[in-house]
Amino acid sequence: MSWLRQTIAVLLLNLRTIPSRLGSSMVAIIGIAGVVIVFVSVLSISAGFSAAMSGAGSRERALILRQGSDTEMTSGLEGMETRILKDAPGIRHEGGTPLVSAELYVIVDLPKKTTGTTANVPMRGIEPAAVKVRDEASIVQGRMFQFGSNEIVVGLGANRQFQNLNVGDTLVTGQNRWQVVGVFETDGSVSETEIWCDVQTLQSVYRRVNSFSLMLAKLDSPNSLETLEAWTAKNPQVKVDVHRESEYYASRSRIMTGLVNGLGFGIATLMAIGAVFGAVLTMYTAVASRAREIATLRALGFNSLSVVVSVLAESIVLGGIGGVIGALGAYAAFDGFQTSTMNFQTFSQVAFAFRVTPTLFITGLIYALAIGLIGGLLPAVRAARLPISKALREL
Amino acid sequence: MRYLPLIWSNVWRRRIRTTFTLLSIFIAFLLFGIVMAVRSAFSLGIEVAGIDRLVLINKVTLIMPLPISYKQKIESTPGVEAVTHENWFNGAYQDDTNVLTTMAVDPQSFLNIYKEIKLDPAQVKQWLSDRQGIIVGKDIAARYGWKIGDRIPLRSSIYQPKDPWEFNISGIYDADTGFDKTQLFLRYDYLDENWTNPQKGLIGWYVVKISDPSRAAELGQTFDTMFANSGTETKTTTEKGFIEGFAKQVGDIGAITVAIASTVLFMFGLVAASTMVQSVRERTSELAVLKTLGFSDIKILVLVLLESLFITVVGGGFGLAVAWLFVQRGDPTGGYLPVWSLPRADVLAGIGLMILMGLIAGVLPAFGAMRLRITDALRRT
Repeated sequence: MSWLRQTIAVLLLNLRTIPSRLGSSMVAIIGIAGVVIVFVSVLSISAGFSAAMSGAGSRERALILRQGSDTEMTSGLEGMETRILKDAPGIRHEGGTPLVSAELYVIVDLPKKTTGTTANVPMRGIEPAAVKVRDEASIVQGRMFQFGSNEIVVGLGANRQFQNLNVGDTLVTGQNRWQVVGVFETDGSVSETEIWCDVQTLQSVYRRVNSFSLMLAKLDSPNSLETLEAWTAKNPQVKVDVHRESEYYASRSRIMTGLVNGLGFGIATLMAIGAVFGAVLTMYTAVASRAREIATLRALGFNSLSVVVSVLAESIVLGGIGGVIGALGAYAAFDGFQTSTMNFQTFSQVAFAFRVTPTLFITGLIYALAIGLIGGLLPAVRAARLPISKALREL
Repeated sequence: MRYLPLIWSNVWRRRIRTTFTLLSIFIAFLLFGIVMAVRSAFSLGIEVAGIDRLVLINKVTLIMPLPISYKQKIESTPGVEAVTHENWFNGAYQDDTNVLTTMAVDPQSFLNIYKEIKLDPAQVKQWLSDRQGIIVGKDIAARYGWKIGDRIPLRSSIYQPKDPWEFNISGIYDADTGFDKTQLFLRYDYLDENWTNPQKGLIGWYVVKISDPSRAAELGQTFDTMFANSGTETKTTTEKGFIEGFAKQVGDIGAITVAIASTVLFMFGLVAASTMVQSVRERTSELAVLKTLGFSDIKILVLVLLESLFITVVGGGFGLAVAWLFVQRGDPTGGYLPVWSLPRADVLAGIGLMILMGLIAGVLPAFGAMRLRITDALRRT
């Protein structure tokens, strides 16, 4: 195992001399840190977005939309249909009443705090059963609104992102005035971007008497979806599609996350190629400035493999340092960063927080180590091939 | 000019180093170009939005309709040249989730206002004579292989009862760069006639062409007051402001892209700077010899700066050119970024940044070289 001892000895020598080559080492470290920062922070956007979207969906809930409708907003159900659907099998009952809420989903224009320009904020008219259907919802400030009034409760995300949505504020949409009486949360999911009110009040305000957008039902068990689906398919009085809520929300975030991930990976890959070039330069400089040292070691009998491995290891260490700096930087700057965006698939705002997940952190680090490894290859081979006599003569 | 061979041989003094530095700068400006195209894509064609066009929407939200009866009142307001209206049709093609940008418009007034749409006169005539006619953008026609005369089915989750609706392609339009060429425009009269709705004559929003852009704010105010106490209030903005507001709904993509571009340029600028520092340091004695031969301090300064400029401009120029070629190939996402181009302003900014980067990277070593005292420099070796 003498080559191992040799390698370790050379590696330690390399690492101890890094401070004397700080300038060129910094180039590699900063380059690699830059790649990792951009990679991790861009991907933390889509991680946060999809967490907000998929967190909203439960496998135990069914979303009933009009046949062929792609979103809650473009769907429409008549009052008659909703009454028939409430008797459908597969829906859980509590105290004799079905846990199902017929809802009206609209958007209202509200100014964003950050830009001052208006954005499409979803407003959902709900029935009393809705809070039992969504058992993760809880009021964190103020109280729940009174059914039959013009009171509203707003989600925590909406409260943070848009103006005039604090308890006690009056929200004006067109000629209507709404009183904000409470703030609710739903474990950080997309519902927190919404404003909730009584469906009947919303119907009269929007002149859509007895018309709904969708129904949300709590299922007896996750498997009852098939029962419900089969029943609606056979019943000629209703023309609806039944979606499992979790699948619906996951599919509504696909375009956005696909786009952001694609951009993130694309940009990070190109940057990584650039950073490899930067690392190659750094390591060539390192090898060149230590040519005499390396030649001396080889003349003393250190074999070339240990020289190769030690140069590679130095390059990987630089990559690792850059990677940790980059990943920590992205974490410090962006993890939990609150923002909101428009989901084009639903035409509504989604408030969410950037998430630097452990997976992203580790992926970033792997990127960094790979850049270091690839960047070190050519210079390492060069170091090993350096003719001893020539290197010793070079001054 | 006669110093070119000298600069050239200096640049290639260490072939490997120069090659990798050039490659780094190449990547930096390739990225810069692509990131800027992304930024322009997310601004949704703001560069071509008309400042002489106003958009009137329902005050509550864009998705609530306005009555068509407003058209006459708007038209008769002094300062208004033309009025048209659009409805978002939400047409899905092949698959319910594949929603295309489909609008129902009044053909004559629409083409009148949107002069940037280039449509063959024969195709215009065809569209005007066929109520089921639809015109489609060049890019979307290419994507689905549509030809004039084709019949296309579109499902709309907003407009019932036809399922699907069917349209005949009357024309395929081209347009100025920056204008979305993936849109479809069908005829409003056909939609309104066949749509089962308790109320006829509902439109999505009005587009108003005004004669004097400087009066935009004032006219907008006039319209909003005009309809203030009617059943449906309006909100008027310039088309530019409308698109800008819409783009801002997505978030501050501008800030994110600028942050990425700055990180990239800083990162690779550092590579160039470190290369220059090393390259000059190695040549200390050579520079001293040049000075001994009578080269003035300024000449030495310029020589080093030119060398550094050579690297950033050649590497960056190739990078930007490749980015431009990449963008010309069309939207890489296959349709999610309909306005996909590299704006001229960003190309110019890129060229400016290359020169700036070259100067910054070269300035310290160049001054060092200029101040070099011959005796010291020669003694050092």
